[in-house]
Amino acid sequence: MSQYINTCILLPNHHFTTSSNHSVAFFNHFGRYVLLLRSLFVRPEKTSIYWKEIARQMVEIGVGSVGIVVIVSCFLGAVVTVQTAYQLTTPLISKSIIGSIAANSIILELAPTVTVLILAGKIGSKIASELGTMRISEQIDALEIMGVHSSAYLVLPKILASTLMIPLLVIISAFLSIYAGMWVGEFTGVVSKEDFMTGAIQYWIPFMASFALIKATTFGFIISSVSSYFGYYTEGGALEVGKSATRAVVVCCVLILLFDYILAQLLL
Amino acid sequence: MIEVKDLNKSFGAKQILKGISATFEAGKCNLIIGASGSGKTVLMKSIVGLIPVNSGHIIYNHDTDFINIDDAGRKELRKQIGMLFQGSALFDSMSVEKNVIFPLNMFTNMTYKEKMHRVNECLERVNLKDVNKLLPNELSGGMKKRVGIARAIVMNPKYLFCDEPNSGLDPQTSIVIDKLIKDITDDYKITTIVNTHDMNSVMEIGDYVLFLYKGEKYWEGHRDDIMNATNQQLNDFIFAGKFFREIKEQNTKRLSDEKNK
Ligand SMILES: Nc1ncnc2c1ncn2[C@@H]1O[C@H](COP(=O)(O)OP(=O)(O)OP(=O)(O)O)[C@@H](O)[C@H]1O
Ligand SMILES: [Mg+2]
Repeated sequence: MSQYINTCILLPNHHFTTSSNHSVAFFNHFGRYVLLLRSLFVRPEKTSIYWKEIARQMVEIGVGSVGIVVIVSCFLGAVVTVQTAYQLTTPLISKSIIGSIAANSIILELAPTVTVLILAGKIGSKIASELGTMRISEQIDALEIMGVHSSAYLVLPKILASTLMIPLLVIISAFLSIYAGMWVGEFTGVVSKEDFMTGAIQYWIPFMASFALIKATTFGFIISSVSSYFGYYTEGGALEVGKSATRAVVVCCVLILLFDYILAQLLL
Repeated sequence: MIEVKDLNKSFGAKQILKGISATFEAGKCNLIIGASGSGKTVLMKSIVGLIPVNSGHIIYNHDTDFINIDDAGRKELRKQIGMLFQGSALFDSMSVEKNVIFPLNMFTNMTYKEKMHRVNECLERVNLKDVNKLLPNELSGGMKKRVGIARAIVMNPKYLFCDEPNSGLDPQTSIVIDKLIKDITDDYKITTIVNTHDMNSVMEIGDYVLFLYKGEKYWEGHRDDIMNATNQQLNDFIFAGKFFREIKEQNTKRLSDEKNK
């Protein structure tokens, strides 16, 4: 049995996806995904190298994504403020409500889900194509031959880095969005800065922040592990690397939305 | 020493390796030759466990059967293996130097200075100078091969596998690489297996030659016997080129002359 598992992990020569039976394909994918995760729990050959690799990935995933997070967050904050103001035309409601609605939607959904969906495109495709290229050009085989546990060395740092960095990016995103919303409200005259912040603070529930971080951590894990799975098990040539990357992004996005719902149902 | 016993491997319905048995002795350059597509790479990858086989045994050093080995055992054994892949398989995010130093970083506690000394020594052995900082995509195909060899030998392996070490190299560098493989094999008495279809290499270093034809072993023996082999497929393979055909004709002529005397 363990021999079988090993061969599966080392060399997935099985074409599960060509199976006409989709549920079988699904369970095969899921099974191999779990086996891949299980194979990560080994004693590292050298801890210092793993730390270095984790740090490198944190820079690549975290710092490398700040730019896109800044752009996305500013627009999200601006749009949600303007649209909320548009919906609340009656003078009976205090303007500060705009701030509270905008801040709540940013913290609950826009920062931890919408921003992360965009990150899934960036980080997911990068991880999948990097690992896919390493697989088809035999770099993963080369690691195995040296006696390096390739899945642990390549995948584990990516999962740890992404599970740590994505919540950080989400925090940045939330602050930026709210800030952008506040200024856009001020400039367009729909709500003053002070009113916006009063609303945002008045209806603030601390659990929302925890909830957002729980979501971000879950999504960070999903993005890195799922795209590692698709990349690590790429077979064929350059074309398949592209396919793996696309598939990784699509599956990540669907899973993020699914878990978004599951977590909301469970925790709110 | 590596013994292969009755190795079979199929991809789907297509059988690639058909009952291969061979003994690759230590301190000798063992060559696997055969036409393109005859299964050399599959055989080599099976021996190092990168391709799971359907049946057979691969016995390292008389006692370790690589087929039924556990994870820890496989890792231990692999630390003694150096391998050059047909496509070089350099880590393309790392410079030449980082590629070669990688196994040392991973498995030794040497100081940086000692590691760099060893890296430069290996790069010099494959005739590479002033390329330390280049990335693999800035190298020519032959240079990549040589970096691959440097990386394979940096840990002083007990088993060295080279998949077509001198395809894509000029004749001069080819000879340097052949000599290097031979020297390493002799110096450290390691077990070397080389895939090649270069007849020059065969005649230079082939202490033991295994000829594969469509996944079957058709001939095995020493390089000195290869010219007089009577196997039809082997003859077709060797004497495809004009140069070797002429040698063969001279040989036959000489033999018949001697007989007539
Ligand atoms: N992963 C694979 N799946 C299916 N068939 C394969 C696979 N790898 C190799 N083969 C088949 O196995 C046969 C032998 O291939 P192999 O790569 O061993 O040839 P080779 O002797 O190394 O040739 P070359 O000298 O061109 O490198 C080929 O017919 C090839 O189609
Ligand atoms: Mg080959």
